[in-house]
Amino acid sequence: MTPSLRTEDLTIRFGGHAAVSGVTCAFRPGELTVIVGPNGAGKTTWFNLVSGQLRPSAGRILKDGRDITGLSPSARAKAGIGRAFQLTNLFPKLSVLENVRLVVQAREGIGPRLFRPAGAFRRLVDEAQAHLERARLAGVAHLPAAALPHGDQRKLEVALLLAMQPDIFMFDEPTAGMSVDEAPVILELIGEIKADTAKTVLLVEHKMDVVRALADRIVVLHNGELVADGDPERVMAEPIVREIYLGVGEEETA
Amino acid sequence: MSATAAAGGAAAASRPALRARTGRFVVYGLVLAIGLCLMAAPFLFPEVRAQEVAARICVFIVLVASYDLLIGYTGIVSFAHTMFFGLGAYGTAIALKAWGPGWDAVLIGGGLGVLAAFVLAVLIGLLSLRVKAIFFAMVTLAAASVMMVLASQLSQFTGGEDGITYQAPRVLSPAFKLVTDADGKVVQLFGVRLNGKIVAYYFVFLSSLILFLAMLRIVASPLGTVLEAIRENELRAEAIGYRVVAYRTAIFCIAAVIAALAGIVRAVWLKYTGPEVALSFAIMIDILLMVVIGGMGTIIGAVIGVVVMSLAQFYLKDLMQVAADATAGVPLLPDLLDPDRWLLWLGLLFILLVYFFPAGIAGTLMGKGGHR
Repeated sequence: MTPSLRTEDLTIRFGGHAAVSGVTCAFRPGELTVIVGPNGAGKTTWFNLVSGQLRPSAGRILKDGRDITGLSPSARAKAGIGRAFQLTNLFPKLSVLENVRLVVQAREGIGPRLFRPAGAFRRLVDEAQAHLERARLAGVAHLPAAALPHGDQRKLEVALLLAMQPDIFMFDEPTAGMSVDEAPVILELIGEIKADTAKTVLLVEHKMDVVRALADRIVVLHNGELVADGDPERVMAEPIVREIYLGVGEEETA
Repeated sequence: MSATAAAGGAAAASRPALRARTGRFVVYGLVLAIGLCLMAAPFLFPEVRAQEVAARICVFIVLVASYDLLIGYTGIVSFAHTMFFGLGAYGTAIALKAWGPGWDAVLIGGGLGVLAAFVLAVLIGLLSLRVKAIFFAMVTLAAASVMMVLASQLSQFTGGEDGITYQAPRVLSPAFKLVTDADGKVVQLFGVRLNGKIVAYYFVFLSSLILFLAMLRIVASPLGTVLEAIRENELRAEAIGYRVVAYRTAIFCIAAVIAALAGIVRAVWLKYTGPEVALSFAIMIDILLMVVIGGMGTIIGAVIGVVVMSLAQFYLKDLMQVAADATAGVPLLPDLLDPDRWLLWLGLLFILLVYFFPAGIAGTLMGKGGHR
């Protein structure tokens, strides 16, 4: 079976420093992969390469076997790669509903339409409303995004990703900074997405309880290189991973 | 608009929402009143000077609103807006001068001006809208400067610094009789002669109204929300599937074409086109001040900004003369109120407006932007 996403020898150098170096790995639909690694390991940089915010110095990115390395972020979004951001990254002055409607509108390709008021596209508004309900945000649909508390902004971040209906969901620390009682809503949503066997889910996460609850597979990045890849128990047991996380064995400095 | 839905949000937000709703009524009421005044201007303010001011207000509302599409809605800073305005005006003026008064000259000359504005906007947009905002602003500044030098150097076409005077199509000239009585004399309505001057004013008013309504439609359409999204968060707009450069270029072209169309209207009304009225940086600064006073990102704020600025520019001196005369016996005051010091008071007015309406008059009243 062709993997839904594959990076081949993916490398990006900033000056002399390789932030991501020769990462080759493939992902299949119906699988949730958690990407772990210490700060500065290149997790977010690798995400940026896949979703197109950065261009690689070398290597290729394939979506369903098609080379997408040269595509712009917007073209990759159209190709089915959806990305949520680590730092909340919304349209602050627009309403919560407008935030989501924009995504639906982009997917349906009616962004450039001029000759009907946006509110007249009933279907879009209804769909946006449905995504908000799923993310437990229906009650605040008409507030500006900037007025939401942090936890709700994180939920909106996920709602935007849901509205993209991508084949590949990329979450970058979706529960960062959320309170203990709010985080489960996000995890529940990710669990729902994972249940759909047509979707590939990638998740950058630090919290070990989250990793254990959701991961089908763990990929470990360290100093920009892929150092371990496999099912959770096996990866967590590998010496190099224990070394990185627990500082057991020799201290390595780059 | 779903004002009720907006007010029905979280309880904490209901007071600002209510204030924003009242503010919206005030702004819409004000704009409607200004619109009605402009519609009846030939009858309400029949003096020649008032006519000139009213017509200039109409054209500038279009010009400033089209600039708001860029700076307020999309977050594009351009200094080339008068260049596009000037292209429309000069195209029309040169054709009217060369071929004599006729609609064919307006159509072809103005059309070529609009086409030139469009082509230039596409080129500037595609070449430089992907770079940082500050570089783009510099590119537009350079383009506008080149155009001013060209207008001044190609004096056999443009009349150089003196500009060109010409005649407008006959139906717009005062000699044209719109309604005549049995003796062939021009009929008067409310004491105003129904001649070509009236036709010319309504040509300006209706063209401006149509263009303004078109812009209101643009910002209410799906495109309008995308533009706001680009202003708010360019990176995310791209990440959810919008080609930011394409949208930026598109709105830059739309704004350029609208500005050029406004230029045609201005040229036809004034029967004179020169650097001072169609191309100078003084106009660019006026546009900037008007859009800031009215409220960026509101379109409708253009109406208020243009009216406030124009009235101040044209009538502040008169008002100060009256005040200076009235206080003639008092020491110091008459000197302070001397009409020669009108720029001082205009500056003061501007500072007060910005202080009390940080997001512009319409923007602050409607609770849009400003308080980040």
